[in-house]
Amino acid sequence: MKKKIIDFLTEIRPEFDFAASNNFIEEGMLDSFDIVSLVASLDEEYGISIDGTEILPENFSNVDSIYRLLIKNGVTE
Amino acid sequence: MIKINLIEYFENTADSFPDKLALVDGTSQLTFNELRRKAKLIATQITKINSSINCPVAIYLPKTNDAIASFIGTMYSGNCYTPLDTKNPIPRIEAILKALNPSCIITNDKFIANIKKCNLDIEVINLDELDHKEDVDESFNYLKCIDTDPAYILHTSGSTGVPKGVVISHLSIIDYINWVVDTFDITEKEKIGNQTPFIFDMSTLDIYLMIFKGATLFIIPEQKFMFPATLLDYINENNINFIFWVPSVLVNIANLKLLGSIKIPTVKKVLFGGEVMPPKHLGYWIKNLDKNVVYGNMYGPTEITGTCVCHIVDETFNENESLPIGKPCRNTDIIVLNEKDELCKVGEKGELCVRGSSLALGYWNNLEKTNAVFVQNPLNKSVPERIYRTGDIALLNEKGEYIYIGRKDFQIKLSGYRIDLGEIEHYILSVFDTINAGVFFDKAKNEIVLIYESENEISVKDFRSRLSSVLSKHMIPTRYIKMDILPKSITGKIDRALLNKKINNT
Repeated sequence: MKKKIIDFLTEIRPEFDFAASNNFIEEGMLDSFDIVSLVASLDEEYGISIDGTEILPENFSNVDSIYRLLIKNGVTE
Repeated sequence: MIKINLIEYFENTADSFPDKLALVDGTSQLTFNELRRKAKLIATQITKINSSINCPVAIYLPKTNDAIASFIGTMYSGNCYTPLDTKNPIPRIEAILKALNPSCIITNDKFIANIKKCNLDIEVINLDELDHKEDVDESFNYLKCIDTDPAYILHTSGSTGVPKGVVISHLSIIDYINWVVDTFDITEKEKIGNQTPFIFDMSTLDIYLMIFKGATLFIIPEQKFMFPATLLDYINENNINFIFWVPSVLVNIANLKLLGSIKIPTVKKVLFGGEVMPPKHLGYWIKNLDKNVVYGNMYGPTEITGTCVCHIVDETFNENESLPIGKPCRNTDIIVLNEKDELCKVGEKGELCVRGSSLALGYWNNLEKTNAVFVQNPLNKSVPERIYRTGDIALLNEKGEYIYIGRKDFQIKLSGYRIDLGEIEHYILSVFDTINAGVFFDKAKNEIVLIYESENEISVKDFRSRLSSVLSKHMIPTRYIKMDILPKSITGKIDRALLNKKINNT
């Protein structure tokens, strides 16, 4: 699943190495358009609906935090 | 006496509310007195470099209190400011600076290196090196200006690769802001939550309500817009009561259904513009905010200073009907002209044209482009009178409201950004000089599409990473289609009409 997350991120911003970063937000790798696209991709792929109150910097700072958010939303490996 | 200069308005406000908060950004805040002192220090520096008036001064700073202090400082010195986007690739900044030829550039420690990369011989004022103890020279040059002198120059996307600098006078801003103040009943009690970048003319309204009426301007940190729940928390923490945002932000909040879980009771005035507001999403806002909240749909290109047509949402609002752009603002007249340059009848589509004090002076250093769109009013055969041809197609309905239909050229709007597809093409062909390509807009998906002719497939990654060195992020295509041969017209040009139909399935 982590590979899939990296794939989605790379599709949105191919110029960055998301696997190597620990904080996408502080490093300016994503903007507001990208978050909207990413959430839409994750919702569609896993048939979930990530709640707006969960779209927070701490849940999107790196691959692990996005992974934990998906687990919390009931996604299984 | 009638005020003829924006600094006269600022002086008046700073005298009335010296200790009230004028500006709040992510890291600092300034009262009107502090803002005035800072602006005067900056003005003194500008005048030391060049003591003449009406020269452009480039402001290369992120969205901060310092940027606004630099705008006001520039006007104290009798000059006009040009904000530049610190997120733009260096070649675009260089192209703008070359065409602008400013008397100096105001920046800070963090961004000065980018300016040096431009390899231009322009004086630089580094705000981090400003000696705050230095005496201010109080003989400010703004007193020499007249109301038709320029206040700012904003750049919009141009079809040939070089952005056009729209020059706006003091008079136009005074005309516009006085209308906003009266129409939306603005006082010093307004707490404005700014969203739009200062390179957008929508921010004119935010900035000048602070300058004219003593409202407090909150420059909301950009990260809040990535995470809308934190944006709503920010509104509540700061008791924001007035917003003027692009619809895409309002739509995102509606899609996430956030107003149910996070209430924003302080918000009383919600204005939007820069792109079309979908009525269903507006309906969500109306249902979730207090009944007495005012909603305004604001229409107007940069060339007519902010807004020329406005629709205040009333009881006739229907979620299933598109929102009118509304009726002309005071001291503005709209004429819709057909292809024969005659006034359209009610219900007839034509080009929306504007006349009034709001019209820009023209495009900086570009008489040809200026004369193409700022033209003699074809309905006036008696005296010279300028109108601005917007390139927007519109019609007048039976209720006397204007309805926006679309564009007559290759210009698009994406999250409020005005983009000429020609500018994107220009840069793509400069980077990938072995391909033939056309750029199109997929209206349904809101996506910029590149169709290219090449023997070899070029990877999306290769496209995007190389284009990010010359194009702003919002201008980079997100879909890439390779064709062995592009369809051509008889003259050998790419058949755009055909490809456009293909992309949009029409």
